[in-house]
Amino acid sequence: MLDYETLKLIWWLLVGVLLIGFAIMDGHDMGVGILLPFLGKTDTERRVMINTVAPHWDGNQVWFITAGGAIFAAWPVVYATAFSGMYWALLLVLFALFFRPVGFDYRSKLPNPAWRGFWDWGLFAGSAVPALVFGVAFGNLLQGVPFHFDASMRSFYTGSFWALVLNPFALLTGIVSVAMLALQGATFLAHRTEGHLQARTRNAATLFGVLLIAGFVAAGVWVSGMEGYVITSAIDANAAMNPLMKEVARTPGGWLANYGKAPLLWLLPASGLGGALIAVLMVRAGRTLLAFAGSSLACLGIIGTAGVSLFPFVMPSSSDPRSSITAWDAVSSHYTLWVMLWVALIFTPLVLAYTGWAYRVMRGKVTDDFIRANDKVLY
Amino acid sequence: MIDPSVVDLSRLQFAATALYHFLFVPLTLGLSWLLVAMEAAYVMSGKPIYKEMVLFWGKLYGINFALGVTTGLTMEFQFGTNWAYYSHYVGDIFGAPLAIEGLMAFFLESTMAGLFFFGWKRLSRVGHLAVTMLMALGTNLSAVLILIANGWMQDPVGAVFNPITMRMELTDFWALVFNPAAQAKFVHTVSAGYVTGSVFVLAISSWYLMKGRHLEFARRSFRIAAAFGLASALSVIVLGDESGYAVSESQKSKLAAIEAMWKSEAAPAGFNLLAWPNEDKQANDWEIRVPYMLGLIATRSTDKALPGIREIRAENRKRIVSGIEAIAALEAMRKNPQDAEAKDRFKAHEKDMGYGLLVKKYSEQASLATPEMIDQAAMDSVPKVAPLFWIFRFMVLAAFVMLALFVLAFWHSTKGSFESRPWLLKWAFWSLPLPWLAIHSGWIVAEYGRQPWTVHGMLPTHLSASSLSAANLWGSLAGFLGFYTLLLIAEMFLMFKYARRGPEGHDEPAATLQMAAVNA
Repeated sequence: MLDYETLKLIWWLLVGVLLIGFAIMDGHDMGVGILLPFLGKTDTERRVMINTVAPHWDGNQVWFITAGGAIFAAWPVVYATAFSGMYWALLLVLFALFFRPVGFDYRSKLPNPAWRGFWDWGLFAGSAVPALVFGVAFGNLLQGVPFHFDASMRSFYTGSFWALVLNPFALLTGIVSVAMLALQGATFLAHRTEGHLQARTRNAATLFGVLLIAGFVAAGVWVSGMEGYVITSAIDANAAMNPLMKEVARTPGGWLANYGKAPLLWLLPASGLGGALIAVLMVRAGRTLLAFAGSSLACLGIIGTAGVSLFPFVMPSSSDPRSSITAWDAVSSHYTLWVMLWVALIFTPLVLAYTGWAYRVMRGKVTDDFIRANDKVLY
Repeated sequence: MIDPSVVDLSRLQFAATALYHFLFVPLTLGLSWLLVAMEAAYVMSGKPIYKEMVLFWGKLYGINFALGVTTGLTMEFQFGTNWAYYSHYVGDIFGAPLAIEGLMAFFLESTMAGLFFFGWKRLSRVGHLAVTMLMALGTNLSAVLILIANGWMQDPVGAVFNPITMRMELTDFWALVFNPAAQAKFVHTVSAGYVTGSVFVLAISSWYLMKGRHLEFARRSFRIAAAFGLASALSVIVLGDESGYAVSESQKSKLAAIEAMWKSEAAPAGFNLLAWPNEDKQANDWEIRVPYMLGLIATRSTDKALPGIREIRAENRKRIVSGIEAIAALEAMRKNPQDAEAKDRFKAHEKDMGYGLLVKKYSEQASLATPEMIDQAAMDSVPKVAPLFWIFRFMVLAAFVMLALFVLAFWHSTKGSFESRPWLLKWAFWSLPLPWLAIHSGWIVAEYGRQPWTVHGMLPTHLSASSLSAANLWGSLAGFLGFYTLLLIAEMFLMFKYARRGPEGHDEPAATLQMAAVNA
């Protein structure tokens, strides 16, 4: 068995991998949903857009579900505290997500335009709202969230839903998140469509790419002036601990400390910006697959930046800093982390292999003619 | 202390969303294998009618599947949103099967479902059949892992308390996986799903036969469903008996309540076929008994005694007193980790700590609980008898009605005479709601029967909820009920529409993406 500290670090990385996988995979079909009402001018065009992701959205959504399950298994303290604390934010995400399976599957089963229009906006909400809320959540994590534990490790959240949402920095990170997934969707659509619709996706990719770069830079400048959190007491990361067994202080610019210690980490924000730039340039050059790769790199860079800025914090507490949850004390037992590592090592390659195969089987452009020829059996 | 109304509302919300989710899951479980059977017939015989069957039943499968996915989202996150202390206290164990379910089963099911619906022209016949099989396999694996998680709540194994992290931690992963309670539950539950799929196909096929429509299609569907349904119904009942055996090992209180057995009796115990349980008197007003039968079912022997409710409560009272000692010792240990005496005391009473937590419903400080509070906690330790007694009997009755249906349907399908038996077709058609009623009854027995615990003997329900306000719960409950009702209306509307339309509504299957495939 690997030592506990190493396993804690590996699980911090694996949760990151799941979130990045979610952004890249579910992100592109959510991006399609965000763009759906705006880029699809006719019912057929909207069906083209939906059918680019029709065989894949469900598998992609499992990245979200598995991220939830993995956080439960590896970081039960985070699962319990974050989801009960940000109760309405999470319910909002769930309610919005409800529109997706039903929207995809039911939309084209009736020809009625009002029915179809309703589900188109449902798919939009099911994609845009979660993207926004996830971004807002990260903005709140960087600012700290008001919660504390009692002696039995019961958590109490003392803020409100509106404090989470009506918060300028969090709204900025929310916009970054929406732009990131919209770019991901636009580059994917550019690769899988043609003609007028493809031209529109190119413009959308440019718009959201530029918005993403601007928003990410602005958030970076904001964070550099913000108070970050540091652990001030000695901790034994190799031992079992609970969040109350440490001291935490706030320091200005604290979120940049990790970059000073390991300058290589600057590669993460650089790939966030570089990836978005590649996406815009390549989509305009007609190199759509490269554009999608660039956009995916941006997802990795941006989520990675948020993660390493916070590290080792996962959910800092603004009202009781020592209750802050970190990668050292949020975790499951040594044994569970070890078992779950094996599970991840065995099944993740399998999932990637058959997902890749599914995309290969369903490759190619989706066209208006194709929709018309298969009217009854497509979404 | 948590607001008791928050606990009640959280339970109501969980029950509503879980039962709602389980309107769709059993049909997915059963139809997925029926689709495999039909498609295998297509691949082997090459007859287009079997493909038509896969497409038609597959379409209904898809309409149902969409809501299964939708409502499943809630289930993955609801432990965190509404049962935060539960998630903290047992997440180290309970989270594992949930995460494995996502990674091992749900990815497979969902990815293959995409190819099942859209991959017809992209895959060879055998390739598509393989996809359908993998989809069914994923669905069933998903059920295994969820029932491992649920089985652990019924009969926790392989875990120990850690005073530093203040929670239960996993010590034996394989004990969790091969928990006998989980295995019995799995086979019982998936078989119930197969019965649901079979009743669904049998009922709709019978409707076509009565209307004289799509006869060839309906005949073949009827036969496949009758055979699969008979095997499944037998399996449900036999394995239900197996879970009866498992229940008696782990949760004597649930069994005693189901059987309205107030006092221990000499082995082998009799079985109350019908009775009128009276909670105040702790006795039955009247009962109709089958001698020896319960002892045989529950202990597989003629000499092992089963405890009655009164004895169980008396025993639990002792465990509560012992558990209060454990809690006091734990508090002393946390104040002074070097306190060797407290450590010894904790070790001696540790196995009863969950019972000690039961009094926290009445006294925040367990050691200050009065004898009356302890009495009350001991009373709580066995769930109310009447609902369990009656709901269980309803479930069993429904199961036998379905078994009889399948026996006759199978008999007449081997003789080719079912079309000339209108009473049989009517019976099949009107049985459509039965599997759902039986399954929901089964879950109520399993979950209500586990009360007052979320994890039996380990964590009481009243401590498990999140620190939320009742207003939050009223809001979310209203949101779920409203949203789910609208979704159900849309689902039923499409289901009826497409079921009524029948197989002729189909075009040639899709995914002629060939024209564009070059451009990858």
